[in-house]
Amino acid sequence: MSEKKNPSNLAVWLGIADNSFTRQKTVKFGDASAVNSGRAYGLITIFAVFLLWWLATSLEWIKPIYWPSFSAVGTRLEILLSEGFRNITLWDHIGISVYRVLSGVFYGAIIGIPLGLAMGLSSVARGMFDPLVEFIRPIPPLALIPLIILWFGIDEFAKIFLLFLASLFIMTISARAGVSSVRISKVHAAYSLGATKFQVLRLVILPNALPEIFTGLRTSMGVCWGTVVAAELVAADRGVGSMIMIAKNFLQTDTVVIGIFIIGIIGFSIEILMRLLEKKLIPWRGKG
Amino acid sequence: MKSLHIKDVTMTFNVPGGEDVHALEHVSLDLKPGELVSVLGPSGCGKSTLLNIIAGFLSPTAGEVTLEDERITGPSSERAVVVNGPSAERGMVFQQGALFEWMTVEKNIAFGPKMAGKPKAEIAATVERLLSVVGLEDFAKKSVYELSGGMQQRVALARCLANDPEVILMDEPLGALDALTREKMQGLVLKLWKETGKTIILITHSVEEALLLGERLIVMAPRPGRIEKEFHLPFAELGLEKTPREVKGMPEFVENRDKILTMIWEMEEDIMGYKEPAA
Repeated sequence: MSEKKNPSNLAVWLGIADNSFTRQKTVKFGDASAVNSGRAYGLITIFAVFLLWWLATSLEWIKPIYWPSFSAVGTRLEILLSEGFRNITLWDHIGISVYRVLSGVFYGAIIGIPLGLAMGLSSVARGMFDPLVEFIRPIPPLALIPLIILWFGIDEFAKIFLLFLASLFIMTISARAGVSSVRISKVHAAYSLGATKFQVLRLVILPNALPEIFTGLRTSMGVCWGTVVAAELVAADRGVGSMIMIAKNFLQTDTVVIGIFIIGIIGFSIEILMRLLEKKLIPWRGKG
Repeated sequence: MKSLHIKDVTMTFNVPGGEDVHALEHVSLDLKPGELVSVLGPSGCGKSTLLNIIAGFLSPTAGEVTLEDERITGPSSERAVVVNGPSAERGMVFQQGALFEWMTVEKNIAFGPKMAGKPKAEIAATVERLLSVVGLEDFAKKSVYELSGGMQQRVALARCLANDPEVILMDEPLGALDALTREKMQGLVLKLWKETGKTIILITHSVEEALLLGERLIVMAPRPGRIEKEFHLPFAELGLEKTPREVKGMPEFVENRDKILTMIWEMEEDIMGYKEPAA
């Protein structure tokens, strides 16, 4: 019998060779764990996209007004970084959008977490707030924009209020779910060890609900990022969303494309950052 | 030390739209201080319900449980509880553990004394003593989820001793462990009983474990849940000098085990109306 040669680490990382464990499996089709990252193919995809971009613009398959060339994007990026867009630096546009998201999530968490905990712990609170939460939850935050503009105009408060609403119900529901995920054996144990109700809440229920609450925070961040961009498209003079909307009016497609990339990169970074934080802050997640 | 009295306890659960469940009917039992009692019975015989009533998590439909003269109406640090832990097998999650996985081993053990408002130095001394009793001195700063199932149950045992309770209630404490770990832990339970002299009630569905870990063995029967028979056994005493393995090999042990097994088989056949096909 011939010995199988071990594949190189690089080949395994790229996903073009099975790792030493998967290699020994005879059943691979249908075994989800035998499907690897396929990084090599990911690189091919990225390369193909950029190649298509380069070909389409340099061979003028597509007009610059619909999609800009690399060099146009590069030049525009330099201008945006040095002069900014409409007298506001690119960093300020990004900063204001991120600030709105963080404020919205912050206020949503401050109100939503205690509300959700109360709903998970008391029939009165659940009964009182359940109809509101269940009714408002399925409404996309964007549908509230007209009403919020009517009430508060288009200043900063209106935007943060919209994001607050977007995160409020996510936070409430996740905190409520966190409370219901607490195993009764742990609560019983705490009482039998002499804990008071308040100690049970602080030392058992709260830490037990933290993983769910954190998932809520992560979801809120994502939803609020999407909402802020959309809200800025509708009514704002600063922020990444408004930047691409205004650029569109001036047919500055290169700025629009840059804006879209920035939105994607920041959304992705938020997700990665939250996952790292979660690993660091809640290492016991899923291990009870 | 206080004695525990279970007086004519009946527990009926009303199932909306269904028949009432008679989890316990006229159950009476008296425990002297320092007794080690194992409770054995097929599923549905109300043994966990009984334990929950003693712990104070459930209030009986009729009858009462008293510790010395004091009626039990809720949980208290006088009555410590140890329940089933996570399985020792990797990947299997029983999700019944009662340890606080967000705390380290020593914080778990210190929980009770801390709630009682003991001074810091005293808590530290208690934790150190209990860690050495259960053999986990080197694991004080570890998170509980880093430990194996057997070690986690050691932490649970240490934690329940930290408040120096009158009674320790164990509900299948070793149920999720593999056979080897389980046998070691049975030895530990006996050792703890000897060293602390606590009153211990241990619920199990393993006949062997019930024989080994009970000066008194209570066999319960279901529908309605009741005490069927009681045995006084020498094996727990013997287990203080011999290893669990040695005790389990004794002819008297084997004889008793077969007797009780036959009894439980017949009990299940009676109830289920089901006969094992002849071989």
